[in-house]
Amino acid sequence: MKTLYEKLLDAHTVRRIDAETVLLYVDLHVMNEYTSPQAFAGLHEAGRIVRHPDRHLAIVDHVSPTRAIASLDEVEDAGGRLQIETLAANCARHGLELIDLFDPRQGIEHVVVPDLGLAWPGMTILCGDSHTTTYGAFGALAYGIGTSEIEHILATQTVEHAVLKPMRITLTGTPGPGVSAKDMVMAVIAHIGPNGAAGHAVEWEGPAVAGLGMEGRMTLCNMIVEAGARVAIIAPDIKALAHLNGRAHAPQGADWNALQAQAANLYSDPGAAFDREVALDVSEIAPLVTWGTSPDQAAPIMSTIPEPTSDADRRALAYMDLAAGTPLNTIRIDRAFIGSCTNARIDDLRAAADILRDRRVADGVTAICVPGSKAVRQQAEAEGLDVVFRAAGFEWRGSGCSMCLAMNDDVAARGERLASSTNRNFEGRQGRGARTHLMSPAMVAAAAVTGRLTDVRML
Amino acid sequence: MTPFVVHTGIAAALPAPNVDTDAIMPKQFLKRIDRAGLAEGAFHDLRQDSDFVLNRTPWNRASILVCGENFGCGSSREYAVWGLMQWGIRVIVAPSIAGIFFGNCEKNGLLAITLPAADVAVLSGLATDGDTARMEVDLPAQTIRHGRGETAFDISEMRKTLLLDGKDHIARTLEYEADIAAYEHARRRLNPLLK
Ligand code: SF4
Repeated sequence: MKTLYEKLLDAHTVRRIDAETVLLYVDLHVMNEYTSPQAFAGLHEAGRIVRHPDRHLAIVDHVSPTRAIASLDEVEDAGGRLQIETLAANCARHGLELIDLFDPRQGIEHVVVPDLGLAWPGMTILCGDSHTTTYGAFGALAYGIGTSEIEHILATQTVEHAVLKPMRITLTGTPGPGVSAKDMVMAVIAHIGPNGAAGHAVEWEGPAVAGLGMEGRMTLCNMIVEAGARVAIIAPDIKALAHLNGRAHAPQGADWNALQAQAANLYSDPGAAFDREVALDVSEIAPLVTWGTSPDQAAPIMSTIPEPTSDADRRALAYMDLAAGTPLNTIRIDRAFIGSCTNARIDDLRAAADILRDRRVADGVTAICVPGSKAVRQQAEAEGLDVVFRAAGFEWRGSGCSMCLAMNDDVAARGERLASSTNRNFEGRQGRGARTHLMSPAMVAAAAVTGRLTDVRML
Repeated sequence: MTPFVVHTGIAAALPAPNVDTDAIMPKQFLKRIDRAGLAEGAFHDLRQDSDFVLNRTPWNRASILVCGENFGCGSSREYAVWGLMQWGIRVIVAPSIAGIFFGNCEKNGLLAITLPAADVAVLSGLATDGDTARMEVDLPAQTIRHGRGETAFDISEMRKTLLLDGKDHIARTLEYEADIAAYEHARRRLNPLLK
C-alpha cells in the first residue's frame, strides 16, 4: 500500500543514495531569469554541458515590466535587463526553449506551464521557485529548488531528493458563498501554522477538493508552501485530464490514451499510511484576511485582530501598525493588487470582476490587476473583463510577478497598506515598509471598492 | 566547495521564528547574474537597526547563528545562503529549517543543523552572553562544544561526507552516469510519453 507521493517517487528513483535520499529523475525543468544565471555560470566554469536540452523551459516573469514596452531597452532596471539578456544568451547557447517578454505565451511560470499543457499526471517537474508545487494539482510530483540544484539538473537531469513524510489534508463540506480555494488554504495554514507541513509531501483529498475546478486546486497546491510543504499533490481525476486535453503540449492519439491509463493508477492506495492527517470542514470557514507578517496570521473578516501571544505577534502588529481588538473590516487600504501565481488565473479575474461590475474603486485607493499570463489576459479581454476592471478604476496591466515580490517597478511605498491576492505578507515583500493583507481576489475587489477590508458577502 | 571539518567561532542568537529569505536577502540584491557582493545584502533591512544583534560586539564577528523555528522559509532564492556565507556565517542551528533553504545550505558548505527546541534554547542562552558565545562545531564528531559541555547533533551520511570532502554534488552524481543512462533507457520503454 502506497501513497501517491510514494508511487511517484518510486517511478522516478534512479537509485538510492543513502537512508534518506534518492536520486530523482526530472522529466521537466522550468526556470526563470532570476534564480538561473549563477547555475549556468557554474555549469560553464566546470566545463559541463546540458544533458537533455529538450527537457527545460525558460520563462521571463519575475522582473518583467507590466507596462507595455516595445523593446528590451525600455526595461528601466539595468539589473533586471541583464538577467533577461543572460537567460536568453544561456538558452541560445544550449539550445533551450525560451519564452521571453515578447512571446505571446509569456506569463508567470506557474500559470504558463499548465496553460501550455506541460503539467501531466505522473511527471516530475522542478523549478527554481518555491511555488512549483502548483503543478501537483495535475498529479505531478513538483517542487521548488535552489540555484545549485538547477545546475545539478542542467548537468545530470536528476536531483538529490530528501524523502519526505506523506501528509494528508482532507477537505469536506460545501463552501458557503464568498469562500474560495484561497480561503480554504489560508484556513489550513492558520490552523497548522507556517511550519505545520514542513518536511512533508501534502496530498489534498476529500469532496471539497474534488468539487473545486483545476484553478482552485492549483491555488491549494501553490499556497500550502506557506505552511512549509515541499510537495503538494492531488490525485488526477476526470477534471484534471479534461483541463489538459487539447492544450498545446498535451499528448495526442495513442499517447493520450497511454497517459489516461497511467493517470488511472495515480492515487493513494486505501489504507496507505500518512505520517500526519489534518481535516477541515470548509462549510465552517468564512473569507479570511491576514493581519500580520506571516501567512498563518489570518482571521475571518468579521472578527477582530487577536491578542498577541508571542514576540513574533507583537512585532507583526507593530510592523502592520495595528492593535489587537480592532475589527478587521475597519482597516483602511491604500492599494489593491490582483495578481500572482496563486490567484491571477481566469477564474480569479472573473470572481473579482463580478464584484467590480457597476462599482467604483474608492477614492484614494490605487488598484491594479496583473493577469497571470498573456493568454489569461487575452481570454479576460475576450470576455470583456478588462472593460469591467477599467470602468471600476483598476489599471489593467501586462503579465508577470509584479507586485507579488516587487522586483520590477511595481512597488508599494513605505507605510502603504495593501489588499493583495498574493501569497506572502512578509515584511517588505511588496515594498520596504509596505503592509500587506492577503485575501482572495474577490475580497481584494471588495476592499478596493469600499477602501477598507470588507466582507465580500456583505456587498 | 570549501570542506567543513571543525569550526570555532562566535554564536549569535536570532530567536525570532519564521525568519524568511526576503529578510535574509532583500529583493534589491537579487538583480545580478553572479554570486558576488552579497555580504552587504545579508539581513540588510534588519541591520538598519543599530540594536540588531549582528551590529553589536562581539556578534558583529559571529560565524554561527542560533535561530528560531522555520528559519529560511519563503522564497527559494539561494542568494540568501551566498550572502550569509559572504558575511562569514558557517553554521546555522535551529529547531527547524525550511526545506529549500536547508538544501541550499548543504550545496554551499554551510552546515545547517536541526536540534530539539530544548537544546537550541541552551545554545541560544549561551550565545546571548558575550562571555559564553564562543563555540566549536565538530562535524566528524557530530558535536557542538561550548561553555556548558557539548551538544550532539544528527546528520545524514551523505551530507556529512559531502561537507567533509567539500565535494561538488554534481561530480558525485556524474559518477552514477550508468544508473542514469539505464533509467532513461528503461523509462523510454516503460513510458513512451517521455522520450
Ligand atoms: S507570482 Fe509571486 S510567488 Fe508566484 S512565482 Fe512570481 S514572485 Fe513567486
